[in-house]
Amino acid sequence: MHLMYFTEQPMSAYSEQAGRDFGATALMFSNKHFDPVAGSRLYNNYIEQYMLAEEVGIDGIMLNEHHNAPFCMQAKANIFAAILAGMTKKVKIVMLGNPLPLAENPIRLAEELAMIDMISKGRLVSGFVRGGGQEQLATGVNPAFNRERFEEAHDLIVKAWTQTGPFRYEGTHYQHRVVNPWAVPLQKPYPRVWIPGVISKETIVWAAQQRYPYIALNTSIEQTKKIWELYDQVALQTGYVGGPENRGYLIQVHISDNEEKAIENARQFRWMQGEFTGLAHPVWSTPSGYGSPTNRRAFVEFAAGRAINPRGNTSFEQQMADLRIIAGTPKTVVAKLKRILEETRPGILALWGNDGRVSQEDSLTCVRLMGTEVFPAIREIAKSLDLKSPFESNAPVHLNYSTDLKKSRVAAE
Amino acid sequence: MADVDWATSTVEAAGTKLHVMRAGRGRPLLVLHHETGTLDRLPFYDALAAKYDVLVPHHPGFSRSERPDWMRSARDIAVIYRGLLSELKVSNATLVGLGFGGWIAAEMASMAPSDLAKLVLVGAMGIKPPQGDILDLAITGYIDYARAGFHDQKAFDKVYGAEPSNDQLEMWDVCREMSFRIAWKPYMYSQTLPHLLRSVRAPALVVWGDEDKVVPPSAAKRYVEALPHAKLEIVKGCGHCVDMEQPEALAKLVTNFIA
Repeated sequence: MHLMYFTEQPMSAYSEQAGRDFGATALMFSNKHFDPVAGSRLYNNYIEQYMLAEEVGIDGIMLNEHHNAPFCMQAKANIFAAILAGMTKKVKIVMLGNPLPLAENPIRLAEELAMIDMISKGRLVSGFVRGGGQEQLATGVNPAFNRERFEEAHDLIVKAWTQTGPFRYEGTHYQHRVVNPWAVPLQKPYPRVWIPGVISKETIVWAAQQRYPYIALNTSIEQTKKIWELYDQVALQTGYVGGPENRGYLIQVHISDNEEKAIENARQFRWMQGEFTGLAHPVWSTPSGYGSPTNRRAFVEFAAGRAINPRGNTSFEQQMADLRIIAGTPKTVVAKLKRILEETRPGILALWGNDGRVSQEDSLTCVRLMGTEVFPAIREIAKSLDLKSPFESNAPVHLNYSTDLKKSRVAAE
Repeated sequence: MADVDWATSTVEAAGTKLHVMRAGRGRPLLVLHHETGTLDRLPFYDALAAKYDVLVPHHPGFSRSERPDWMRSARDIAVIYRGLLSELKVSNATLVGLGFGGWIAAEMASMAPSDLAKLVLVGAMGIKPPQGDILDLAITGYIDYARAGFHDQKAFDKVYGAEPSNDQLEMWDVCREMSFRIAWKPYMYSQTLPHLLRSVRAPALVVWGDEDKVVPPSAAKRYVEALPHAKLEIVKGCGHCVDMEQPEALAKLVTNFIA
């Protein structure tokens, strides 16, 4: 079991009332509400949390990236990854991930990631994402080619990491007449790639076809099971058997030494008007062409206020009841996480510990209890359930490096 | 609506199947619709069909025409329509471009100046407005965007209904996706078009609603400057979609111009 700490790095000092008055806290919500003095303090708070995470024995620190919104201060995940590469010694730096379609030059990403891998002495996990709809608009990238750019940028980066240059790349969305980056990853064949996601079936299928672990982001137990059902089905068609090493799960869990305080702090997971990515116009979060055509009808109805959010929108109490938010002392938290491990059998688990306006003191307490009490217990449970991480099971980095493929793969092709 | 007999057909140009509506007799008129697609029947189309041979193709990737995945620009559509006219053996047509369709019409005019009777651009996109910006589809809701094309909201209700159907919303999303695929950056204009328009010899009529909230009226002046033989008509109390908001007035302007 690979166990990680995650925070969205919230910009908690923004004016909540201004957000309510504007009616949204994303994309077009003015950056005049960003206070760089608070920003400086908060960035350093997050570094302190990460340093403590390493000190208390947490396996990995999960990083991500968003734009134009108070819910996440990381505008470039590689910057924090570089900081951690230099400041930490043991933790895996798990990027979930770099939004590939936003890159106009994926080779630059390949270089940055290779530098992070070398500086960290091979501790990089290089996850990739499509980026939310709003990220495309915040960076001026065409949402209609999001998935094509994701897959093409991935192929180009992997090629840059695994084939010696110079070579030429003439793709549909990317053309590079000279590819020959002098920074290449330390880990061979290349750093592990994990793919996080929520709703798009296409991403699950793609991840399974690559044999990349898929990280389900805060889905309900039922949704998570459906994701593994699809993943495993594609895995079988592809020639291997899916298992815990292919499964990751991120869940909102706040830990405290006091039950009431834990629940009070956990309410901060819904700190921005009940939407963890901030309240947005649905048209901004799902620009045309960004989503799967099969979801087109559902999203236009939602956008016009005629249907509920296809991504789901439930109350704090309901999320607590569904175990999508867990809060309490280590004992309470472990018991609830045990149920999730038993039901969904992941080999990678990330706890999203703190959000919103949870104080730095309470955030540090959460990280400390996570590392000293919750994760040791989870490790034992994982052992008894035989939930091995990709590292423990020495899983191939990509399908191409498999040595156990069944013949059905040939049949599927 | 007037009793006009519209024939629908599928015509292939550059390997793309196009849905084409055609009615009326007389001189040929190619009418190019907005980026929101088009309804099958509109009073403006009927009014023109009473006097001319009117062709209304659905743009590739919009409304009922199939999407060519390879397509990357409004100019690609212009080339396809040059192919369509050639396929149908229609020459010397008058081009009537509405909004986004105006951009395509202007591109068509610039690429074959000798095969053009007259050019009519109505609230045309395609040129960077000297003042103001073209309304951004990507950050505007489906109904809000469609309504922004009308100064008189009752005229919108008459065309689409006060509460457009979910089928209509879905169609707007399809059209929006295609608009992104071909006009994302720069958004809804070409930096080279104003220069290319200098070769257009045919008379041009540039029509703009004085309450256009989609394409700033400053773009009208830019078009008139760029086109050697252009005149400007401003429609008072009218928004971007002059064809749907004041169909009779626009049909009259077009008819007088062609006559």
